[in-house]
Amino acid sequence: MAVSSSALAGPHQYLQAQIRWRPIEIAFWLATLLPFVLTPNYLVLASQIAITALFALSLDLILGYAGIVSLGHAAFFGVGAYSAGLLSKWGWGEPLTGVIVAGLAAGLLGYLVSFIIARFRHLALIMITLGFGLLLVEAANSAGWLTGGADGLQGVHMWPLLGTFQFDLYGYTAYCYALIVLFLCFLLSRRLINSPFGLSLRGIRENIIRMRAIGAESRPHIRTIYTIAAVMAGIAGAILTQTTETVSLGSLDFQRSADILVMLILGGTGRLYGGLIGATIYLIARDQFSGINPQYWYFPIGILLILVVLFLPNGILGGLARLAETERGRRWLGPLTAPSWRGKFP
Amino acid sequence: MITSVLGVLFDGFAYGMLLFLLSVGLSVTLGMMNFVNLAHCTFAMIGGYVSVTLMNGAGWPFLATLPIAFLAAAAISVAFERTMFHRLYRASDLDQCLLTIGVVFVSVAVTAYLYGTSQQPVSLPNYLRGSLHVAGLTLGVYRIFLIVFALAVTAALVWGLEFTRFGAQIRAAVDNQRMARGLGINVDAAFAIAFALGSGLAGLGGALAIDMVGLDPSFALAYLVYVLIVVAVGGLGSIGGSFAAAMLLGISDMAGKYYFPAIGSFLIYLVMISLLMWRPSGIFGRR
Repeated sequence: MAVSSSALAGPHQYLQAQIRWRPIEIAFWLATLLPFVLTPNYLVLASQIAITALFALSLDLILGYAGIVSLGHAAFFGVGAYSAGLLSKWGWGEPLTGVIVAGLAAGLLGYLVSFIIARFRHLALIMITLGFGLLLVEAANSAGWLTGGADGLQGVHMWPLLGTFQFDLYGYTAYCYALIVLFLCFLLSRRLINSPFGLSLRGIRENIIRMRAIGAESRPHIRTIYTIAAVMAGIAGAILTQTTETVSLGSLDFQRSADILVMLILGGTGRLYGGLIGATIYLIARDQFSGINPQYWYFPIGILLILVVLFLPNGILGGLARLAETERGRRWLGPLTAPSWRGKFP
Repeated sequence: MITSVLGVLFDGFAYGMLLFLLSVGLSVTLGMMNFVNLAHCTFAMIGGYVSVTLMNGAGWPFLATLPIAFLAAAAISVAFERTMFHRLYRASDLDQCLLTIGVVFVSVAVTAYLYGTSQQPVSLPNYLRGSLHVAGLTLGVYRIFLIVFALAVTAALVWGLEFTRFGAQIRAAVDNQRMARGLGINVDAAFAIAFALGSGLAGLGGALAIDMVGLDPSFALAYLVYVLIVVAVGGLGSIGGSFAAAMLLGISDMAGKYYFPAIGSFLIYLVMISLLMWRPSGIFGRR
C-alpha cells in the first residue's frame, strides 16, 4: 500500500487514504466493459454476472463488514424480484421506477427484520435467518393467487429503458443497465465502508462487546446496514426480473442464499471486490459445465468450499493479499486486496 | 374426530422419534465443541445407503443391516473428524458451516453418481409390514417398531450418559470444556467417541427413515433443516431438550400437514422463529 503505517496520524487520514482510487480498481472497472467487445455473444451471461455480483456485494456489506451471518439473504432478492414483476404485471412496466419500488419494498422488509437480527448472534442468528428465508419461500408458494406459486409469475412485460432502449435478445441493454446499477451501488458501498460508520461496523465484527464498552451502541448500526443491504439485494432481484421478464420461486429459495454465500466466500469477504470476483468465477464455471447433471455440479463446488476454508481462509482475494505482502507485487495487488485494517491502523 | 387426532399424534410421535435419533448426536457434539456440523445428515444418509446396499445387493435381512449402518456411519464420521473437522474447532461459526456444507455437497454428488437420483426401494420383512387395529385406531406395525426401538436406544443413551464414567466425562465437557481439561479429562478423545456415537445414531436413523420418508441424494440437505431446528430449539447438549423438540416438531409437522396442508411447513418455521426469539439458546438451553 502506498500509505505506510507510520504516515497514519489518525482515523481521518486513514479514511482519506482508503477513499482514493487506485489504478488497479480503475482497470477492474474498465475490464467490465470488455464483454461488449470481446464476447458480444455472452452479454446475457455478463448481465447475470453483474446482477449476481450486486447481490453478493449486498451480502458482503452485512457479512464481511458487520459480521452478520445470513443463510436467508435471498429473501430480499426474491422480494425485490416479485415486487418488480408484480408492478409490471399490474400495468406499470417502467424499469427505473420499478427498481426503486422493489428496492423500497425489500428495504422495508429488511428494516422490520433487522430489529430481530440485531438482537442475536451465533447459532440462533444463523437459524433465524435460515428459518426466515424458508418461511418466505413457503409463503410465496402458498400465495399462488399473487405469486403464481411453483409455476412462477406470468405476464411480466417491461417498457423500454428510459423510453428508448428496448430490452433485446442479445442482452446488450440488459448488461449496460445491470452494469450501471452495479457501479452506482458499488460507489455507494465504497463510500459507506470508508466512512466512520463503516469503521464502527468493522469494530462490531471484530468485537461487539468492546464496541459497547467504548460507547458505540451496535444495534442501530446493524439495523442501518442490514436495511441498506436489503435494499441492494432487492434492486438486484428487480433487475433480474426486468431483464429476464420472469420470476420464479427460485429467486427466493435456500439454494440461492447458499450459492451467493459460496460465491462471496470464494472471492473473499470484507473486501468489496470479493463478491464481484467470486460471482464472475462461479457463474462462468457453471456456464461452462452447464451440460452436466445439476446434481454433479455440487461436487466441484463442495470440493472448492472445503479447500477454500482449509487453505484460503480469506478467499481468493485474501490469498492474493497474502501473496502481495510477501512479494514486491504489493504495489499492484495491494490496493485491490487489502481492505483489512488489522495491523495497518494503530 | 378423536381417533383422527390420536392417529396424527401416533404418526407424529413415530416421526418425532426418528427426528430425535437423527439429531441427538449433533446436539451433543455441538454442545461439547461448539462445532456447527451441517454434515450430520450426510452420516445419516450414509447409514441409509449402507442399509439399502446390503439389503438389495447382498440380500441381508433389514434388521441385520441396522448395526452395520450404525458402524459404517460412525467409522466414516470419525475419519472426517480426524482429518478435517478437528482443525476447525477454534474457527468461526461461518468457516465451520462452509466446510461442512462443502462435505454435504460432495456427498450429494457422489451418491447421485453411485446410486442415481431416484428413491431407493426398501424391502421390509413381513412381520414389520401391515397394521394393527386397536380400539378403532389403525397403527402401522413399522411405526410401532420404530417407536419401541427408538425408545430403547434413548433409554440406553440416557443410562450411558447418566450412570457411566464416560457419560460423566461427556457431561463435564459439555458444561465447561476448560474445567474438564483441567481435571485431566481427555476432552478430544471423549469428543471423538461422542462424535462417532452421534453419527452412528444418525446412520441408524437414516436406515430406519427409508421406509417412512424415503431416501435419495437430497436427503442430506432436506433433513438438515429439521435436524437443525430440533437442535436449536431443544438447546445444545441437552438430550431431554432434543427429545422434547423432536416430539414437538414431529407432531406439529404431522398435524400441520394433516389439518392445514396449504400452510403446514409455513407454521413449522414460524414456530421455530418464535421459539428462538423467546429462548435464543433453546427451550432447555443453558447459555
